[in-house]
Amino acid sequence: MAWLAKSLNSSLGKKLLMAITGLFLISFLVIHCGLNATIFLNDGGKAFNEGAEFMAHNPIIRTMEIVLFGGLLLHIFDGLRLWLDNKKKRPVAYAVVDGAANSKWYSRSMGLLGTLLLLFLIIHLKHFWYFSRLTNNLTETHTLYNEMQVVFTSPIVVAIYVLGCISLGYHLLHGFQSAFQTLGWNHPKYTPTIKAIGAIYSIIIAAAFAAMPIAFYFNLIQ
Amino acid sequence: MEGHLNLTLKIWRQKNANVAGKFETYQVSGISTDMSFLEMIDVLNNRLIEVGDDPVAFDHDCREGICGMCSMYINGRPHGPNRGVTTCQLHMRSFQDGETITVEPWRASAFPVIKDLVVNRSAFDRIIAAGGFVSVNTGNAQDANNLPIPKDDADEAFAAAACIGCGACVAACKNASAMLFTSAKISQLALLPQGKVEAAKRAEAMVAQMDEEGFGACSNTGACEAECPKGISLENIARMNREYFSATFSSK
Amino acid sequence: MTKLDAKIPEGSLAEKWTKYQSSVPLVNPANKRSLEIVIVGSGLAGASAAASLAELGYKVKVFCFQDSPRRAHSIAAQGGINAAKNYQNDGDSVYRLFYDTIKGGDYRAREANVHRLAEVSGNIIDQCVAQGVPFAREYGGLLSNRSFGGTQVQRTFYAAGQTGQQLLLGAYSALQRQVGMGNVKMYTRHEMLDVVTIDGKARGIIARDSVTGALERHFGHAVLLCTGGYGNVFYLSTNAMGSNVTAAWKANKKGAFFANPCYTQIHPTCIPVSGDHQSKLTLMSESLRNDGRIWVPKKENDNRKANEIPEDERDYYLERRYPAFGNLVPRDIASRAAKERCDAGYGVGASKMAVYLDYAAAIIRYGKGEANKHNMHNPSDEEIQAMGKAVVKEKYGNLFDMYKQITGEDPYEVPMRIYPAVHYTMGGLWVDYNLMTTIPGLYALGEANFSDHGANRLGASALMQGLADGYFVIPYTIGNYLASEIRTPAMSTDSEPFVTAEKEVRDRLETLMNIKGSKPVDYFHKRLGKIMWDECGMARSAEGLKASIKEIQALQKEFWSDVKIPGEIDNLNPELEKAGRVADFLELGELMCIDALDRNESCGGHFRTEYQTEDGEALRDDENYAYVAAWENKGNGKFELHKEELKYENIKIAQRSYK
Repeated sequence: MAWLAKSLNSSLGKKLLMAITGLFLISFLVIHCGLNATIFLNDGGKAFNEGAEFMAHNPIIRTMEIVLFGGLLLHIFDGLRLWLDNKKKRPVAYAVVDGAANSKWYSRSMGLLGTLLLLFLIIHLKHFWYFSRLTNNLTETHTLYNEMQVVFTSPIVVAIYVLGCISLGYHLLHGFQSAFQTLGWNHPKYTPTIKAIGAIYSIIIAAAFAAMPIAFYFNLIQ
Repeated sequence: MEGHLNLTLKIWRQKNANVAGKFETYQVSGISTDMSFLEMIDVLNNRLIEVGDDPVAFDHDCREGICGMCSMYINGRPHGPNRGVTTCQLHMRSFQDGETITVEPWRASAFPVIKDLVVNRSAFDRIIAAGGFVSVNTGNAQDANNLPIPKDDADEAFAAAACIGCGACVAACKNASAMLFTSAKISQLALLPQGKVEAAKRAEAMVAQMDEEGFGACSNTGACEAECPKGISLENIARMNREYFSATFSSK
Repeated sequence: MTKLDAKIPEGSLAEKWTKYQSSVPLVNPANKRSLEIVIVGSGLAGASAAASLAELGYKVKVFCFQDSPRRAHSIAAQGGINAAKNYQNDGDSVYRLFYDTIKGGDYRAREANVHRLAEVSGNIIDQCVAQGVPFAREYGGLLSNRSFGGTQVQRTFYAAGQTGQQLLLGAYSALQRQVGMGNVKMYTRHEMLDVVTIDGKARGIIARDSVTGALERHFGHAVLLCTGGYGNVFYLSTNAMGSNVTAAWKANKKGAFFANPCYTQIHPTCIPVSGDHQSKLTLMSESLRNDGRIWVPKKENDNRKANEIPEDERDYYLERRYPAFGNLVPRDIASRAAKERCDAGYGVGASKMAVYLDYAAAIIRYGKGEANKHNMHNPSDEEIQAMGKAVVKEKYGNLFDMYKQITGEDPYEVPMRIYPAVHYTMGGLWVDYNLMTTIPGLYALGEANFSDHGANRLGASALMQGLADGYFVIPYTIGNYLASEIRTPAMSTDSEPFVTAEKEVRDRLETLMNIKGSKPVDYFHKRLGKIMWDECGMARSAEGLKASIKEIQALQKEFWSDVKIPGEIDNLNPELEKAGRVADFLELGELMCIDALDRNESCGGHFRTEYQTEDGEALRDDENYAYVAAWENKGNGKFELHKEELKYENIKIAQRSYK
């Protein structure tokens, strides 16, 4: 297995790990977003709570939760490692950098966006995951849906969530197509499509997630 | 039409690899818009010599955009503000009268500064020495037309082979990554039947050497492709990734 | 005067090389491992020789002044490489390539060398393709060819307008492979400053590490100079800024004769000078003459724009004067014809020192061709233009882009302005059939030697010669010498000849640094260039040459008393490097004029105004000047002429005609 460690520790290997874990998290976001979007059915959280209940007790999902945390940690660890490594490659910085002339700001700021996301994620996990999994506060009269209603009464929390979603959107905008490039899937026929799907995906995910706290805050859903 | 410019130049001066450098500011006047950027530096240097100062050291040779020796980071971009050209082909008509121009050397730990704007790019030679070749001794070849190659493959290989090894990709990349350079050679040879024989070995060896030289990892910003004077495509990096992973996961 | 022995093998022309190969003494593999070879220069000749010799097992050291061997100026060759493959079925053969080269060289090249060149030309293409050089191909997957000046067959292989780059990168790959294997030790940013001879044989070099300024001694059983041409003696040329004559000139001072220094190729299609700031000239590949038409206005001092001059007021002077070859006459003829028109007052552009190279007709021709291919029966003019431009872009795109970048004009819309510029030097170190100079153990390959192109080189032949010498000639001929050196152990570089040579180099560098005069090196270089261009350029006269010899001698004195070199001797110091090179150019320039004065005839790249036919063509004097002029350096600006008679046993000498 020494070869695998060697491959994954090469500059290309680190990128591969980033791409694979990234795509895995991208697929998770689809499920997470889809499930949460049931709040917009405006059924008082009935569908949402049923889904949450299922997710909380299905053994496959519970196993996947561990895998998900593993993937997330790997993505974070690998990202930090890459960021630290790459920083060392240019010990003397340029005095003038015209980055906008050759690349998008968010593609150059994945580390920063990732860090913001991590901070947001800690807050987010505290709000909901910690509440539902590690405390006994979740009852039939106080569902996860009710907890959302409570959490999103604070304008500061809503603002943090919206900013988190914007970070997520840009992170995905670069990350989605970048993962395909790293996996070697760059082809004049398909790459424009991948980029387009990536952009649509990033916008939908970010907008849908951001709409949730906003909707609660302004009482757009009951 | 020819015009004339007065410019302020902020140029990185560093006596050698072992001492710290700093920016010096110079004024030049009456610069013809028909001059190349390097000819403008020539003018500055002859003035510096006249007043007894050490002229600015910079790499340059062919001055027709093909040797890859010139290498200045001008106003925040390798080879200056125009796309698809080297510094020797950058002409002063691309600048405005009164402009301040900042000139720095390529910055990367794998490209240490030798003096002023001159850096050591021998890491590139070592990457090629690790595997950027077809192992065919002189005299071993069969007749050239015994090996038909689809025109599209030959053209694509040529597009990758057009790399001039100037290092602008490394200079432009926020991670000082040399993947565009390395992938251009891996790609050229992977596209051709002559190169396929050693493709797996080549990809592993060249990537290992690239890492050993201290270049960063690619984060797919695309800055290298945008700044490459020869328009080497990011597709080459994707191809390198394919070559490398299929090599490491399938080799014995 | 000593008799020069070219050591041409016996036998019929076509058999000489084959026989030589099968009878040349061999060095066994074990002995090769203990034989060391120093190679100076890493262009096509140097890189190919280094790779091939290292593959054979010799211990090789390679030196180049650039930061990487891949930068050598071979990289800038655009158009292509000739080879007698006859893939086009248009009647090409080894003999025809040989014949075209001798004729193109105006009957001043050595038959046996040229025939060998033609014989190995095909192997070069095979070798390069095997290395992965991406030559242009047809849709069937086979190699594509184009035609070039001075020939009537299509035998030129190419890779867009970057053939030199692709060939050099092929040779560079092969070289780096040997570097990686430890068979070649590469010294970049090193400049050779002297040849060391011991008991009359070349045994090494003194090199300066440009970064630290340290002088180094390197031993070799043999030394190969692959250092290119000396066109930069003219200051403005298509050569790279660093191209220089220093290695060859030091060899000349140590006893290697310098042959035919006055044979200079002025390339007809370069971008004209734009002002005093000009540091170099840029070539537009000769391949452009395949499709472009060259013209000037019929009216003197016509100030109208090119597009405003109607067809019947244009003078396509090459097509008019040379109907058989038209725009594809050899370079020397095309250059003189352009100069003649401009001198007569028909030049174009602001300086009036330019002629038009026009693609309008080619764009329409290609556009119509494309329309036919796509079954378009009534294409509009716009469609024809667009399709024609696309074809031209595919063939010459990079050249057109370069023109636009430099001049700010779009050559797809307006005709290009071109003028001749110094491009290649046919002269160089005299070598025998083995490529050995008059110093035993010292070889010269590629443009650095004089051997194959006579008085004028045909397009796409320089790449062929550089690679022929390196890949296919020197690996055999060096054995002829080294077979007798197997008992010579590697020598210590502490011996007296090395120490003395290093001291002389150091003294010279210190002298230069200590002049502390008032003028930068470029000042002297520009003045030398102007003298050379005016009096030893496209047209030369006895009177002008005599005057320039005096001028150059005065300039030498001024240089050695008034040059100003800033910086330090033990640091990277480009001005010091330039000063050493210009000092050598100043001496070479004088010799070029002496040689041009000696040659009372016109041939190829040497045109003496006193010797021309009634219609302005070069007038050779085969009775008195069918010789190679090899100059021995006697020191203190004195040179002695040695002659190698050229015997034409297979070709009947005739006046060159392209009409």
